[in-house]
Amino acid sequence: MVGILFGITLAKAEIISWYRIFEMFHFDAFHMYGVIGSAVAIGATGIYLMKHFNVKDIEGAKIDIPDKNYSITRYLVGGTIFGLGWALVGACPGPMFILLGYGYLSILIVILSAIGGTFLYGVLRTRLPH
Amino acid sequence: MIFVVNQYFITMIEFLSQAWPWYVAGPLIGFSMLALLYFGESFGVSSNLRTLCTIGGAGRASDFFKFDWRKQIWNLVFVLGTIMGGYIAATLLSNNAPMELSTATIDNLKDLGFSYDNVGYLPNELFAISSTADLPKLIILIIGGLLVGFGTRYAGGCTSGHAISGLSNLQLPSLIAVVGFFIGGLIMTFIILPLIF
Repeated sequence: MVGILFGITLAKAEIISWYRIFEMFHFDAFHMYGVIGSAVAIGATGIYLMKHFNVKDIEGAKIDIPDKNYSITRYLVGGTIFGLGWALVGACPGPMFILLGYGYLSILIVILSAIGGTFLYGVLRTRLPH
Repeated sequence: MIFVVNQYFITMIEFLSQAWPWYVAGPLIGFSMLALLYFGESFGVSSNLRTLCTIGGAGRASDFFKFDWRKQIWNLVFVLGTIMGGYIAATLLSNNAPMELSTATIDNLKDLGFSYDNVGYLPNELFAISSTADLPKLIILIIGGLLVGFGTRYAGGCTSGHAISGLSNLQLPSLIAVVGFFIGGLIMTFIILPLIF
């Protein structure tokens, strides 16, 4: 259910559009920054409140979001590689699948090669600086 | 009575078929993430690419893919939901209105030689189904996918995991990753895209 809502939201807010990503990287519209900014504002407030009031999840377990390991190389280099691809095909992993549902069949090429890229990382991982 | 309900339903569908503004979409994404946390899961789409590798037998090639993918089924169901969401948006909730891009963006598209048709979400120059038979375009799509798939795992997350979930949890690594997203994105947008188109 959350997935369906997420898919409809990203499609109707045009976040899955190559043109919106192109526009974002040109800093020509507030739209994408508004989306990400307000999502983080709600998310950060929610996580703060959950921690503050010690909210339990549906199974009664403590909501625990593991901290990311500290590194600069990995996030900066990996992030840059990701950004190159994001601006080229205009889609990050979420929108790729939504676009497929939207009926853009050529995105399947991108999805398959993204799976290939993940595989490549898995194979080369031990030889990369982290 | 049925007629009245029907009228409301049509009005609602028409209302929802407009483009959603950022101040509706952003909070909904934020609440989606919080909902996943409440259901005992975490928000991140790109880990599914790894799961799909594992299901495909990638565990034989690298220990990175040796994990119990059945624990990730909820996440695959989430992705399945997003595909259905895309389908619903395209069929039930589409009014075929052109996107309201900024005039600067339309100018930039013209500079790039993209015929801006004002309707679709993806440019035909790259994503027309005929592109899959056009070798240079096919290679661009494949390289783009490889970069996204490789980069997201190297960085340990994509837009959902770092920019939304990570920043919401005030994680410095996520901020570094987002800075990386923009370094790569700006290089592609301002240097490489003008070179290849």
